[in-house]
Amino acid sequence: RRQDVLTVTPWLAPIIWEGTFNSEILDSAYRPLNLTIGVTAFAVGKYTRFVGRFLESAEKHFMKGYRVNYYIFTDNPETIPDVQLQTGRRFVIVPMKKYPSWQKISMRRMEAINKHIAETSHQEVDYLFCLDIAMVFYNAWGPETLGDIVAAIHPAYFNVPRSQFPYERRSSSAAYIPDGEGDFYYGGAVFGGLVKEVYEFTKTCHMTILTDKANGIMAAWQEESHLNRHFLSHKPSKVLSPEYLWDDRKPKPPEIHLIRFSTVDKNYKEIRD
Amino acid sequence: RRDVLVLTPWLAPIVWEGTFNRDILNAQYMQKNLVTGVVTFAVKKYWFFIEGFMSSANKYFLAGHQVNFYLFTDNPEQISHLQMAPENHLFVIPVQNHSRWQDISMSRMDIISRYISSQFQYEVDYLYSIDIDVQLFEHIGVEIIDTLVGTISSWQYTARRESKSYETRTESQAAIPKGEGDFYYTASFYGGSVAEVYKLTRACFKGVMEDRENGIEARWHEESHLNKYLLYHKPTRLLSPEYYWDEEQ
Repeated sequence: RRQDVLTVTPWLAPIIWEGTFNSEILDSAYRPLNLTIGVTAFAVGKYTRFVGRFLESAEKHFMKGYRVNYYIFTDNPETIPDVQLQTGRRFVIVPMKKYPSWQKISMRRMEAINKHIAETSHQEVDYLFCLDIAMVFYNAWGPETLGDIVAAIHPAYFNVPRSQFPYERRSSSAAYIPDGEGDFYYGGAVFGGLVKEVYEFTKTCHMTILTDKANGIMAAWQEESHLNRHFLSHKPSKVLSPEYLWDDRKPKPPEIHLIRFSTVDKNYKEIRD
Repeated sequence: RRDVLVLTPWLAPIVWEGTFNRDILNAQYMQKNLVTGVVTFAVKKYWFFIEGFMSSANKYFLAGHQVNFYLFTDNPEQISHLQMAPENHLFVIPVQNHSRWQDISMSRMDIISRYISSQFQYEVDYLYSIDIDVQLFEHIGVEIIDTLVGTISSWQYTARRESKSYETRTESQAAIPKGEGDFYYTASFYGGSVAEVYKLTRACFKGVMEDRENGIEARWHEESHLNKYLLYHKPTRLLSPEYYWDEEQ
């Protein structure tokens, strides 16, 4: 039981922290359902160098005991390393176009995920998580994360007042959130849910991204801004604490008992060019 | 709320005043155009409670949303005209009475499952069974809507597991092994999606019938069977004892 943090949102969605759940009870409820969990991750350009560590750590910590399909979107299939997976777990390469800038690649993720769900993954998985590739799993990520619509709290903003959330503040953008509004600042590096729900919200986000493009504007934090706008009006049914989306450069505060998934230190300048 | 448990170990929210914002929930609920049903029984002398229950429920239960009240009674003529809110409907359904109140109580599970199958599944999305001998004094709103919902009994809220009123005799289908059990749920207020309530009422009635054939009756009648069911089919949402407070406690 956690009394030091908020564990339920005002719309009664659980916020997942270590100490709020019992893994055995959850496993006994979910394992018999024979679910397949999908993971999408984009490894475009120099980002392919992160695939090995991502997959190896996922094999150790992500949904152990469940069937998992990893969908790695890349423009560079030859550079993807061969990682040994456990039984019941598959790895699929999804070819992807390379866009001229990292922002454009980032913004096209919603469209790519949506298209892939429609063409392929809706038949193959029950739940889908969309994760950043330049990350590593350090501790268990299990069925406590499964829900209809799942978002994660951004590690840099879980303890700051709403006025400091980096929402898109220009009213000309479709991702605009006015001052005084907003529940949390969700990170774009982790989101997911039932595959049909992910299909719906990736489509909506892609539409708002295209609207901005037509109006010659790009939101402050690319698709993360659009995701935040969407989750304000269509609240997630489950929220993951920053244990599930951590940034190793930050010192660990007392509320974070366990880091499960965290950024790999990277030289942004070098890999984004 | 830091003074109470607001989340079960299987991540079902426990609804207490102060844990939710009804405006946000209403906005979500409105988007979905849902109909909720309430099943209640007024058999024999319980006709006395009809007016109090119906007038308070009509005013406070899911106010502003479409509610179908299904009132089962052995005495339909006794029911005077009840003024209903424009979004609500009242259906009076005649039932047989039994000589023993325990039998009346246990037959409710059977009646509910049969009517879900023949009628309710076509009329409502969510269904709640509520005892008629209550009056609502405060709004009960969409915070109760979820797939499978149990209410923590006010009698048992602070009791430790060993003293909870589970059936322990292994000859009964409602038996819960010693040391097990999450919460003690009241049979006076439970519900969920119409599909889940169907499964629950079928399973409970099956347990009641098997016990009857074996010459045993569970300690707290269908409530014992309900507790067994909810132990092995965990509710997706729990209502705190605020939602059904027995005045005698």
